[in-house]
Amino acid sequence: MTQTLPREWAHRAPAQRAILWLGWFALVALFVWCWQIMSKDTIWAFVWDAPDQALDIGSRMMPPKWAYLPQLMKPLWDTLNIATLGTVGGVLIAIPVAFLAARNTTPSTTFLRPVALFIIVTSRSINSLIWALLLVAIIGPGLLAGIIAIALRSIGFVGKLLYEAIEETDPRQIEAITATGAGPAQVLTYGIVPQILPAFWSISVFRWDINIRESAILGLVGAGGLGLKMNASLAILAWDQVFVILLLILATVVLSEWISAQVRKAII
Amino acid sequence: MSSYPGTWRRPPQIVSDKRVRLALQLGVLVYLVLALGSVEVNWQRVSEGLERGQRFIMGFLQPDFSSRWKDISQGLTESLTMTLTSTVVGVLVSIPFGIGASRNIVPRQIYVFCRAVIAISRSLQELIVAIFLVAMFGFGPFAGFLTLSFATIGFIGKLLADEIEEIDEAQVEAIRSTGASWLQMLNYAIQPQIMPRLIGLSLYRLDINFRESAVIGIVGAGGIGATLNTAIDRYEYDSAGAILLIIIAIVMVAEYSSSYLRKFLQ
Repeated sequence: MTQTLPREWAHRAPAQRAILWLGWFALVALFVWCWQIMSKDTIWAFVWDAPDQALDIGSRMMPPKWAYLPQLMKPLWDTLNIATLGTVGGVLIAIPVAFLAARNTTPSTTFLRPVALFIIVTSRSINSLIWALLLVAIIGPGLLAGIIAIALRSIGFVGKLLYEAIEETDPRQIEAITATGAGPAQVLTYGIVPQILPAFWSISVFRWDINIRESAILGLVGAGGLGLKMNASLAILAWDQVFVILLLILATVVLSEWISAQVRKAII
Repeated sequence: MSSYPGTWRRPPQIVSDKRVRLALQLGVLVYLVLALGSVEVNWQRVSEGLERGQRFIMGFLQPDFSSRWKDISQGLTESLTMTLTSTVVGVLVSIPFGIGASRNIVPRQIYVFCRAVIAISRSLQELIVAIFLVAMFGFGPFAGFLTLSFATIGFIGKLLADEIEEIDEAQVEAIRSTGASWLQMLNYAIQPQIMPRLIGLSLYRLDINFRESAVIGIVGAGGIGATLNTAIDRYEYDSAGAILLIIIAIVMVAEYSSSYLRKFLQ
């Protein structure tokens, strides 16, 4: 008796293919459904009009108004300060939170660890722009709102990465320090801190780099820095000024990314 | 007999030169003084605001879901549909760019072009792109959809290209030696190797796109961000608190389910 073999080679068995096909079909159906809900209120005349609008904005942006650049130096300094002071503040709060959240250093797994994890999740899931929006409403526009917004957003990021680094520390080194009769504080400074220090600096510099990007646009909701100038220029439709600001933001972001990459390379 | 020191100090780990360390510390101090000096704080305004802050915290503790539920649900639908459609379209567009940006399978000119597109998309923040797209396409979720799709191209394109550049070349060679064309090589040698990673990245991007969709509404690109902005402008902190809680809940669910799915797929 000979078993009839399929003539053509296929990657998967028929049943598997059917399931896969159904999965893709469901995705396409979901996409079409979502698309219809989303574009229900879209005014298509505006959409078809977009290339003309783009040309119009493009022509208004050229030539960029370089004379505006000197006025941007103070906002640039503000932006850098928001990012740096915000990072410092965020990191200072994130350190204790990370130690409370790490399984091997937390004093109580049942009570303090969930609280620390909740702080981290809350801070991570709300964008710094939303924090800024709230803080501008609460404490008024200005640099302080921006700094606090950046700090609040950084707690979650730095805290999460740092507590993972703490949990990944080598337990043998900590045991060795404990075996010499060291107290809890000594175990922390001689057993844990040296192991996480490189990770700590690289996380902080990485977050600083991200914060430079974010602080550049925080001004759009009134929290100071370059975004404030951008908002003002957008309000008067001065696209040539907007273009200069954009180029300045781009240059700052590229520079800070380069610095952060260099520092991280030097540390690791 | 030499006497041993009675105490031991841990040697510094990162900057070992004492003078460099001192200069660094001084530099940091000078910067902090200058920077803190340039921060002007209107303490009167801050103290006035504390009462508002209190109200906001009260709103957060007693969120009001019902009185603005129509606005909230509309913003939420916009955000969720925008997230899904932009992820699907963004991933579809980013696949050719990702393939084009892999040095090992395409000629140099295509590689340079695709890498340039990816670099532009990565270096522009979503919010800035959104401002321009809202100016071009008008207010509403369509501009937001385009913004998120554009941002997805840079993210998925770069990570996919890096993944393709690190594939196992032996499989490519094996398929090539059977006389397969370039497209067949792509389908039978590369696609099976990168598919799990691509699905994982798409799920991750779905998660990011939702977070971003909550933000770009502030500049008029639709979604829950617009609702939140309105609620704060109206000083309705209980509604704002409700919206924030919804955002946090969805982000948490998305994060856990996407990391669970990614683990399951790998």
